[in-house]
Amino acid sequence: MTDTRYDRAPGDASALPDAEQGTSGAIVYTIGLVLAVGLTGLSFWVANTSLLWAGGISLGLTVLAIAQMGVHLVFFLHVTTGPDNTNNVMALAFGVLIVILVVIGSLLIMADLNDSMMPGPELMNLQMQR
Amino acid sequence: MSVAVAVDDGVGHEARPSASEAGPATKRIVVSYGFWIFLLSDIVMFSAFFAAYAVLAQATAGGPSGVQLFHQRSVAIETGCLLASSYSCGLMSLAIGSRRYGITYLDALVTFVLGAAFLVLELREFAGMIAVGAGPQRSAFLSAFFTLVGCHGLHVTAGLVWLVVMMAQVAIKGFRPTVERRLLCFSLFWHALDIVWVWLFTVVYLMGVRS
Repeated sequence: MTDTRYDRAPGDASALPDAEQGTSGAIVYTIGLVLAVGLTGLSFWVANTSLLWAGGISLGLTVLAIAQMGVHLVFFLHVTTGPDNTNNVMALAFGVLIVILVVIGSLLIMADLNDSMMPGPELMNLQMQR
Repeated sequence: MSVAVAVDDGVGHEARPSASEAGPATKRIVVSYGFWIFLLSDIVMFSAFFAAYAVLAQATAGGPSGVQLFHQRSVAIETGCLLASSYSCGLMSLAIGSRRYGITYLDALVTFVLGAAFLVLELREFAGMIAVGAGPQRSAFLSAFFTLVGCHGLHVTAGLVWLVVMMAQVAIKGFRPTVERRLLCFSLFWHALDIVWVWLFTVVYLMGVRS
């Protein structure tokens, strides 16, 4: 399994020489947990504070969520940029592409459709009523 | 001439062995890669529910909105439960790697209890919302909310059942290669659920409480 010509199974820690066996695995998970808890706490603080400009909070929360997903991928799922991980990262990148297309595309199209509705949105747009 | 070229080609291939010449990948890699693809397709399915929720988040039809319904404290506890269970699941896969039965069972128990606590909190939240008339039939916002969060909850339920089955297999069959591959797939599944939850509590709960 130390043959680096092989790919690595998703979720397996690296078999490359720089990754030691034994306790180092637990340290990696613990670092991940500490980072994830910190980012989660920061997210909750950002959502509740009045110190920050309200308009930027959605963006800040998005950035924190993406950072935490990165922490999970690196420390819990052991995704790296190493040569034995290329297939896993390519599959992940394709998945992320589809996710972005679906979410951003839906939001853009629906916002555009709402903008293009006839006057009197309360009457014309019953399912979107507030 | 053509013979010489053919020989030359043969030598060229011999000189640099590629991944394909190293033979087929081990079954562990093939199985978990297949499961990785399934997980990504599962996340693509979640993205459709996320898109529906994001589009319909303001469509409350005069009913209660997220600000009135969501309690940040229970969401914070749910997040902590799922995060800690993801951590103990990681420790479990380390114990499996070093063939320690006792620690494997202990970590599996911690993972199960934390996952079940998450589920109980979520069901209590749902029951409270339905009790005040904010069920999925109230508005498009609540339909999208119950679909998205409920789908994640169903995945957690399936994961808990799977974990019990895997511990029974470890007890009966021991750490066979087949059992180890299933355990690897389970830990992938559990960590992926946690990633979906990070996305979910940010978009649904934290942004919902703001607006």
